[in-house]
Amino acid sequence: MIESAATFAFACFALAMLMNLWKVVTAPDVAVRILALDTMFINAIALMVLYGMALGTEIFFEAAMIIAMLGFVSTVAYARFILRGNIIE
Amino acid sequence: METLFEVLVAAFLVTAGIFGIVGSYGLIKLNDQMSRLHAPTKATTLGVGGVLLASMLHAAAFEKYLSYHELMITLFLFLTAPITANFIAKVHIHRQETRDTMPEAGGDDHWATHDTPEDEERRHAEQTPPAED
Repeated sequence: MIESAATFAFACFALAMLMNLWKVVTAPDVAVRILALDTMFINAIALMVLYGMALGTEIFFEAAMIIAMLGFVSTVAYARFILRGNIIE
Repeated sequence: METLFEVLVAAFLVTAGIFGIVGSYGLIKLNDQMSRLHAPTKATTLGVGGVLLASMLHAAAFEKYLSYHELMITLFLFLTAPITANFIAKVHIHRQETRDTMPEAGGDDHWATHDTPEDEERRHAEQTPPAED
């Protein structure tokens, strides 16, 4: 039962990532693009945790944590660069 | 007992998948940036939370170890999601809106985020009490 549920979740998040990628490509404005990239980071975390669960290893949690931190910092950096033209003033 | 945990983990995984896909579908479906912000920041964060809960439960019930890395990731995501949403909304406000297209600002004539340097000086002068002799 867990296998089929995990497959369903894998499919959902993979499809979600494809939709984010579509939005990154076709976005009308840079704010939408930043939002889509941020969502891609979050979906990547979900996929990594799912993969670690499917393999039964703990290694992927560190990777997921690092992706979470990088995602936050890069989103803030993008937003600040658009807002102020500078990241660390 | 085993079956109960299997059902719980599977339920968490399915709900998480549905929340994740709804969040990303909302991102491409909604037309206006301010409403578009809602879908990824709320639904997708909840979806990831579901995956992390399922993973924790799976480790505790079947792999026989307690893992709290997930709790850290969940905490971090739930803390940072509103901050990134705020930043993205601010980018939108500064690139797409002007003072005139924003909704009413209550008592003031415009929102503080659209302040010019002169406005900021005036606001600062109003808020600091006059120096006593």
